Formats: sequence, C-alpha cells, structure tokens
Amino acid sequence: MHSEGPNPRSLLGIEGVPRPEIERLLERGRHYKAVPPNKKLATLAGRSIVNLFFEPSTRTRTSFEIAAKRLGADTIGIQALGTSLSKGESLVDTLNTLAAMNPDIIVMRHAASGAPHFLSRFLSIPMINAGDGRHEHPTQALLDALTILEVKGTLEGLRVAIIGDISHSRVARSNLHLLSKFGADIIACGPATTVSKNLPLLAPGIGLTFDMREAVRDADVIMMLRVQLERQNVEVFPKSEYFRYYGLTLEHMALAKPDAIVLHPGPINRGREISSEVADSQRSMILSQVENGVAIRMAVLEWVCLD
Amino acid sequence: MRMLLKNGHVVDPASGLDAKRDVLLDDERIAAIEPSIESTGAQVYDASGLVVAPGFVDIHVHLREPGIEHAETIESGTRAAAAGGFTAVCCMPNTQPVNDSAQVTSFIVERARRTAAVHVHPIGAISKGSKGERLADVGAMRGEGAVAISDDGLPVMNSGLMRRAMKYAASFGMTVIDHCEDLNLSAGGDIHEGIQSMRLGLGGIPASAEDVMVARDIILAAETGARIHVAHISTASSIAMVRHAKKLGLPVTSEVTPHHFALTDEQIPGYDSNYKMRPPLRTGSDVTAAIEGLVDGTIDCIATDHAPHTGHTKMQEFERCPFGVTGLETSLGLALKALYHTGKVDLVHLVRLFTNSASSCLNLGRGELRIGGPADITVFSTEREWTYDAAATLSKSKNSPFGGTVFRGGPVATIVAGRFAWTAEDGIR
Repeated sequence: MHSEGPNPRSLLGIEGVPRPEIERLLERGRHYKAVPPNKKLATLAGRSIVNLFFEPSTRTRTSFEIAAKRLGADTIGIQALGTSLSKGESLVDTLNTLAAMNPDIIVMRHAASGAPHFLSRFLSIPMINAGDGRHEHPTQALLDALTILEVKGTLEGLRVAIIGDISHSRVARSNLHLLSKFGADIIACGPATTVSKNLPLLAPGIGLTFDMREAVRDADVIMMLRVQLERQNVEVFPKSEYFRYYGLTLEHMALAKPDAIVLHPGPINRGREISSEVADSQRSMILSQVENGVAIRMAVLEWVCLD
Repeated sequence: MRMLLKNGHVVDPASGLDAKRDVLLDDERIAAIEPSIESTGAQVYDASGLVVAPGFVDIHVHLREPGIEHAETIESGTRAAAAGGFTAVCCMPNTQPVNDSAQVTSFIVERARRTAAVHVHPIGAISKGSKGERLADVGAMRGEGAVAISDDGLPVMNSGLMRRAMKYAASFGMTVIDHCEDLNLSAGGDIHEGIQSMRLGLGGIPASAEDVMVARDIILAAETGARIHVAHISTASSIAMVRHAKKLGLPVTSEVTPHHFALTDEQIPGYDSNYKMRPPLRTGSDVTAAIEGLVDGTIDCIATDHAPHTGHTKMQEFERCPFGVTGLETSLGLALKALYHTGKVDLVHLVRLFTNSASSCLNLGRGELRIGGPADITVFSTEREWTYDAAATLSKSKNSPFGGTVFRGGPVATIVAGRFAWTAEDGIR
C-alpha cells in the first residue's frame, strides 16, 4: 500500500505514501525522540538490517545504524567500494547474494535514480530508500517535517522556500511531495537551469521564482539545498557567482518572518550556499535535524518491519 | 512450387486494388491475380476473412550481426521479422565492425543469403566507423548491395560532413537516413524531458534535440537537392517541419516507430528499461501529431527500429541500460490498434504505410503486387485476437514494452519468394 513495487513494506519514496501513513510515521518519530538515547529497545530484536551504501554517506548511514541499534536490531554496513561491485558484479547479482542471506530489511543508497525501485521488483525483502540519484530521499523529508512540526506545530499553510539546485536534488523532490500533501505553500527557487518549468506540475501548491529575495519574503521555513556539482553532467550554473545570487545571508533572514527557521540536509558548504552567520544562528535547525533523523529512521524501520 | 491463395481480401496500394481476389504464385513470382483462379496443380490455401497484401517492408532494424550475435543474428532477427509479417528488412550499420566498407556489406549480404528468413538490405554507414569524421566507402558499399547510408545511433553532428554525405550519396542514387539528435542537447538524458523525467529524477532529452537536427537536414536537402529520410520521427515540431518541407517539394521523407505512436512518456511504468529508447517516448500531443502525420502522408511509413539487447544489459540501473526496444513482432498489431480500429486510416492506407510507401523512401522497388513480380506476400487478420508473449519471441532478445498486450488483428502468414517464411499457429490452411 505504501510502496511502488510488489513488496508491501518498502519505503521507496514519499510520492506513493498517503498522508495518514506519513502522519503515523511522524507520530512514531515523536515517540522515539522522547525515548532516552541510552535506552536500548527490543522492538527489532533478532532482526538483521543491511545498510547498503553505493555512495559515500556519513550522516544518513550513521543515522540508520544508530536507529537500528537502538531498536535492538543487528546491522551490517556495506560500502560499495568494499564489495564485489568494484569487481564488476551487477547490482542484481549483489542484491541476490545479499537476499540469499535473508536480512529483514535492506537500506540502500545509490547514485542512480530508481535503483531501489528496480531492485524491489525482484526482491521480497523490505527496502528503505536512503537516497536514489536525483529522485527521492524519503527519510530526509520525514525528518525535515518532524523538525518543522516541533517548532511550528503544523505544515498547513506554512510558506516554505526551497532554495538551490532543485532538479538535481532528491531532498527537494521528497520534500516537495511531503509538504504538498500537507497543504504547505511552497516556493522553489534556484538558478533557471536547475529549476524545471514543469516543477509546479509535480504536486499542488508549488510556485517558482529565480529571485531569492522573492522566495524568502515572508517565509516561515527556508530549506537550503546542498550544491552538488558532482551530480551535474555539465556545469549548469557558474559556481563562482552562486553564493551571490542563491546563498542565504542574514539580509535574507530579515525579509522572512521574524520567527522563520532554516533547514539544511547537510553537510553544509559554508560560503557556497549558506553564510556562517546564518548556519550558526538560533534560526538554524541543522543540529535538530540530525537528532530527528535518528528518531524518524527508528519509526521507518519499525514501520517496514512490523506493519 | 505453385501456391494459390483463395478468396482473400487483396489490398495493393500501388495499383489501388482493394477487393476479393485469388492470388496464384508460381515459385518465386506472382503468376496471376484474378477474381477466381482454378487450382491447377497448386497447393491451395483458404484466405477468406484475411487480408492478402504485398510483403511488408521494414526499413529500419538492427540485426546485430556481425559482432553482437548474443543479442541478435541475421537469422534470428529475420525470423522475428517474418513473424511480424515482414518480407524484407533494411539493417542499420551499427554492428561490430560498423558496416562502413564493401567487405562488411558483402558479409551481411552473404550471411543473409545463407541464413535469413526474409530479404535483407544492408544500410551502410555515413562515416568511417560512424565516428562522424571521414566519409565511408559509400560507392563501394552500394556496389555490394547497400541501399542507403546512415550513422543511426551515432548521429553526424558535423553539418559540413552531413552536407558532403548527402551530395555524395545522391550521386549514387542513395538516400541519407538521419537519426536526428543533437548530442549536446540530449547529453545525460534518459527519457523525454518533461513532467515524467522531473518526477522520476531522470535526465531529460528535450524535443529540441531532435528538432534542430530535422531543421538542419531539411535546410541541407533544400540546398543540395539530395534525399534525406528522417528516421523515427518523434516530435510534433519535427513532423510540422517535414510537412512544410514536403509542401515545398523538397526530397524529404520520414518514418515513425509503433512505440512512438502507441505510447507516451507518462506511460513509462517506474524505471522499466523496456521503455527506454532514443528518441524517447514523447508526450500525448506528439503522439497525436505522429498519427496525424501518418494519416496525411507527412510520415511516409512505419518502421520498427527493432533494437535487440540481451537481458542482462537491460537488467541494470535505468540510466545504465542501453537504449532501444524490439518491435518486429508487434508492429502490425500496434498499427491496427492505434490507426485502423480507431478509424484514423482505412485498410489501403494502413497497408501502404508498411509496403510501397516504405519501399519508395529508399527506392527499394518492393511493396507491390505485380504479375511477374516477386512472390512476397503478407497475409494478416484485422480481427483475430492474440496476446504478445515477449518471452516466446523469435528474436534473441526480449526487450519489448508490449509483453502481455492483447491485440485485435495481426500477421497470419508471411510468404517470401513463394514459400512460407512463417505462419501463425492458427494460421492458414
């Protein structure tokens, strides 16, 4: 019911998950956040979770690992460079091998959009997408929602500015879907070469601008995206002047609502997309996002395993 | 061997024949087409309820031989062609090695003579190795049987080379077939640039990648007077430009594939690489334009761009999968579905798109029923229901998006040089 493949318990993207299920996940996230971090639970005791990361990742991988351990599960972390993938084994063969070992959940990050969707067609093991190419990063959107809700209480009617390289960003795509489902008033902003004119057709409530000042005006939430030059086939904007037009500074904060908050999926590039003054200010929720990441991933692991 | 097809609905667009007739084949030639022929020593087949048409011609297929025989061979590809109702195919030169010389052309002709189920006409490369640098041995390939030239799949970006190729090929009476794609505009793209590419986070191939090259080619055709054929046209703008070019009397022709008039980008299910091809599936309005183009003659013919790829190459991350789908066996079924049963075209026009109109794009001299002409016949039904089983294909590759599709009407028997090259299970008796 919440997956796009035949597997009934995968989390492949936010797009296919109905709002009540997301609310349930957020509720469980809040529940797990209240559990003291040193308390080890038995929710997933005896279960094994494979964390399969085909792209370098520190925070998402660690976050999933901690979440699994706090739920009492056994985790096996596999980084692509340490596997037979570097020996030319195909993705399908690698996954078949892992599946034969019967883990209870596979958490996967991959540089290709749709890689987990492709695999889930052939696997009967629940899969959690920890980021696929330029497509989706569902747990990031969930932890962002949890972070916003803690401060604002609701997503409905909030003015949310998403700023950066929208079209190459899986974080943006998952957030656009989630925020739209909850009735937020979203404005996407970035260099014209990275923001598709079709973006408003993705989901209801999405507006477009190339002017950062317009995007942040009266915003309740400002979501900054990491500039990911490695995901671009060609240089789609001159990076030397990126900060000048799309970097978040204190001046922008003055245009936003007085209680506006700033989110960033990390790791931040100081002076590339966000100034140090903003990153280190009280309005920055960056560390709170990291903390919520563990709680929401506990909720997601529970959700795919015990549904 | 004499063969008599009784009581078929004979459709020959070249002569305008559209009536119940008997057709007598005497070995490799058509002996007679009459309202009633007595069976003097001929094997008799009952074609009542069936359409008897000139042998279908597919001017755009990839047979993968030499060099990529694990995906297809001339034998397997032509067996699939016969099962699709085709009696002749033109094979693209992107083999290994590339068909850019007399030696490769004659190898293909010789292999076809020994192993092919249908007639095979090789298409030579435009440039050596299809590298877009130096002209291939166009005249020598012509001498060995190449019918046209193309750097299909590796389009010529250098307009100067394209202009020279067109002038040079024209002097040998050959058409240049262009896979119109500006590689700078399509770089990094996997599917059509639109809502779906944005939704799936896949690289987009904009319509402009095709349109600018179609515009270029039409301009060059106008300047040189040489014949250009636009392969697998896919965008409304390109179709409009070809329509305009034809109005001006320019020597421009075009083809469309069944998947481009049957499917849109929004119908791509998830990340299924059997829907990944170049040009990519376009939008609903492009599909509408393609059908209009087929109806009004802007698009001369249907060609499959049959592009076999083995299973493991298509079983990868979407962006790593090669472009291309098979199409020989489903082509007629899709045309009946999208064009005939919807009332867009009548039977004569439908047959024309597969026969003489296809043949004339490359001056093949095929696709008509002529007394004394070759006994190449396609017998098909407009009504018989059947389901396409991609796993049971006669091709060596199964990369079709149409597995499981239920069709109304399709090929029943394919006769090449007076003999059955293929018959359906519930075929003809």
